Amino acid sequence: MKVIRRQSTVSAFQEIKKRAESQWQKLHGDKAVIMVGTATCGRAAGALEVLRAIKGELKKYQLGYSVVEVGCIGHCYAEPIVTIIKPGFPPICYGQVNPVIAQRLIREFILGDNPCLEFVLGAEEKNDLVPSFADFPRANFEKKVILKNCGHIDPEHIEHYIANGGYLALAKALQMRPEEIIARVKRSGLRGRGGAGFPTGGKWEICRNAKGKPKYLICNGDEGDPGAFMDRAILESDPHSVVEGMLIAGYAIGASSGYIYVRAEYPLAVRQTRLALRQARKLRLLGRNILGSDFSFNIKLFQGSGAFVCGEETALIASLEGKAGTPYYRPPYPAISGLYGKPTLINNVKTLAFIRHIIGNGGESFASIGTKGSKGTAVFALAGKVVNTGLAEVPMGTTLRQVIFDVGSGIKEGKRFKAVQIGGPSGGCLPESALDLPIDFDSLTDAGAMMGSGGMIVLDEDDCMVEIARYFLEFTQRESCGKCTFCRLGTKQMLQVLDEFTKGKGRIEDLDMLHQLAEDIKAGSLCGLGKTAPNPVLSTLRFFHDEYEAHIKEGRCPALMCRDLIAYYIIPEKCERTCDACVGTCTVEAISSHPTKRYKIIDQTKCVKCGTCLTSCPPQYSAVVKLSPPSLVPKK
Amino acid sequence: MTEEQAKLRKQARRVLHRFGKKRGNLIPILQQVQGKLGYLPREAMLEVARFLDIPEVDVYSVVTFYNQFRLQPPGRHSIRVCLGTACHMKGGYITLDAWKRRLSIDRGQTTADREFDLDTVACVGCCVMAPVTVVDNKPQGKVEPTKVDGILLSFKLEKKKQ
Repeated sequence: MKVIRRQSTVSAFQEIKKRAESQWQKLHGDKAVIMVGTATCGRAAGALEVLRAIKGELKKYQLGYSVVEVGCIGHCYAEPIVTIIKPGFPPICYGQVNPVIAQRLIREFILGDNPCLEFVLGAEEKNDLVPSFADFPRANFEKKVILKNCGHIDPEHIEHYIANGGYLALAKALQMRPEEIIARVKRSGLRGRGGAGFPTGGKWEICRNAKGKPKYLICNGDEGDPGAFMDRAILESDPHSVVEGMLIAGYAIGASSGYIYVRAEYPLAVRQTRLALRQARKLRLLGRNILGSDFSFNIKLFQGSGAFVCGEETALIASLEGKAGTPYYRPPYPAISGLYGKPTLINNVKTLAFIRHIIGNGGESFASIGTKGSKGTAVFALAGKVVNTGLAEVPMGTTLRQVIFDVGSGIKEGKRFKAVQIGGPSGGCLPESALDLPIDFDSLTDAGAMMGSGGMIVLDEDDCMVEIARYFLEFTQRESCGKCTFCRLGTKQMLQVLDEFTKGKGRIEDLDMLHQLAEDIKAGSLCGLGKTAPNPVLSTLRFFHDEYEAHIKEGRCPALMCRDLIAYYIIPEKCERTCDACVGTCTVEAISSHPTKRYKIIDQTKCVKCGTCLTSCPPQYSAVVKLSPPSLVPKK
Repeated sequence: MTEEQAKLRKQARRVLHRFGKKRGNLIPILQQVQGKLGYLPREAMLEVARFLDIPEVDVYSVVTFYNQFRLQPPGRHSIRVCLGTACHMKGGYITLDAWKRRLSIDRGQTTADREFDLDTVACVGCCVMAPVTVVDNKPQGKVEPTKVDGILLSFKLEKKKQ
């Protein structure tokens, strides 16, 4: 084996870095820079229209300012977000921007000197003019490590990443011995962020020591949990951090090629990753003899095809081999025998994104964050009935209450918190009493949920816990690959029982059967999908037993959600007789005026219970109500 | 072989020559073929099996295992209703019902005039915009029954303009 030219990788990198920095300097020179967040969530909110408006306006006034497309800064509730950096002003973020506001910003802030404070979301630096993000209550709890670059750099420019410290860890790592790297990752205490929390350093060591060549590295970006979007955001906003982590991991375990497995449902993440790979290759940070060392590594992008079970590592391998994604029995673990029977390291997107920080700053600095058993930070995707939906990165050990009420600013419309669903279809629903639980891998498992990949759906008083259990079971039942009988048929049985519950046809003895089935499915399934499929049912049964009883015994849905157990009704005394809002919006023409008294009546036989009348009825009347059970609707 | 079948085979072959004859390429091949034809007709699957020298049933098994692959020709506009957790809790199932009602088709089907095809997707990761419907590959946020009507109307107006 050739000796690695030890001095050269960092100095070879310095040259690349210098070029990147001069580009970054040029961008942030004396002219204003306008940054538009165009990750998927921004696009769904209309960021591309805003971008077009900004470009049009700049052209109109013949202003040669740079417009940069950046990723997601995590404040998804305020999308589309535009950040303007103008010399003489702090960098200011504007939220809920539409094309008209965007045009105004150009005219008044860029051309004039009026920063349009009425549209400000926050400033990115402390200053005397506008409140900064650091002044937000959530800043006390957030600690951005892997989300730091997201929304601040253009993911389509490798130079932006390099100018912000990127690929330096790779250059450093290539001067270390692989064993040193593994020791450092072990010292950091990093545990896999895909959900199970296996110690990353240990996995690397097993794979490095495993016999067999070649070795493979796979980045698992098959983020299948409905309600989780952390990996999407990272791949869209900062794909190079994952590529760099893969390179370091590949070097440490002695692999020469790797795959990034991304869901096809994330077309933008696929695009950005592909572009990142191409750019890294161009700068010789990927390919043969990286940075002049004798380490060669290649990464291919593989698109998943929409099967939830492929997030499970053995199923993912089967799908890479061109087969149907059915898991197989472990051991041997993939680290010993994986893709094509060779040692294969599989790490989650976030796990790999952490690597450059661990190599760059040392394992100890990472280990100083977090709790005893879970080190570092955790990234959560906050969604559901919380005010500030979006991404949050907090140190392990932060409590659920802090995440939901301080970072997320509590429940929308002043409603009451009911539960938080963590860990997707494998996790569970935790009630208010569990809110002071510090979040780490072990505490959540003890409470009956699971860390999972980090999706957090907040539920309020309007959400039915039986329905959410049924929803998750419907999901796992549909996504079960069918290999294990208990998972294939057991989930179907459970789903049938829950279906009956939500229709008010359940029997109380079915509850025992649910428990029994849940135990059997857990015991009789090979992979995580089946082993954890009953969790949503078990946790809701444990914490929200009263709701199950109301469904079964009274045919009533306390949260007024199950469609078979509710009816919409217009209270005649409250109905403003001259208003036709509900009649106009009803999608099935089920509402009409009373022939003589003119208040509105819902034809229950026609009603599809879509709730449009409830939202359209002006709040000062609030004449439309939901009733459960439906028999409460007065007959004439 | 009919003319139509021959044409499909030829189109499939045009994609195939870019790939090596490795079984591991099966899924990328199918994705590209579907990208070109819009769906995976029997002829294309036969052609893929012959190219990789694997049993035809293996190709069919993979095609039917993964949600991404479709055996029916798509409509001009694709409607994908997101049924992720956040979308479900905010009424994604109600939105799906609205689409079904308006288009008079079930999920996985295409309208008789081949204008629209309707399907569901597990989660597109835009949970903050729930309930989401992906219309022609563009995720649209807060799609409730009234917005369903609005989207359909805009398609109708566009068609009239042409």
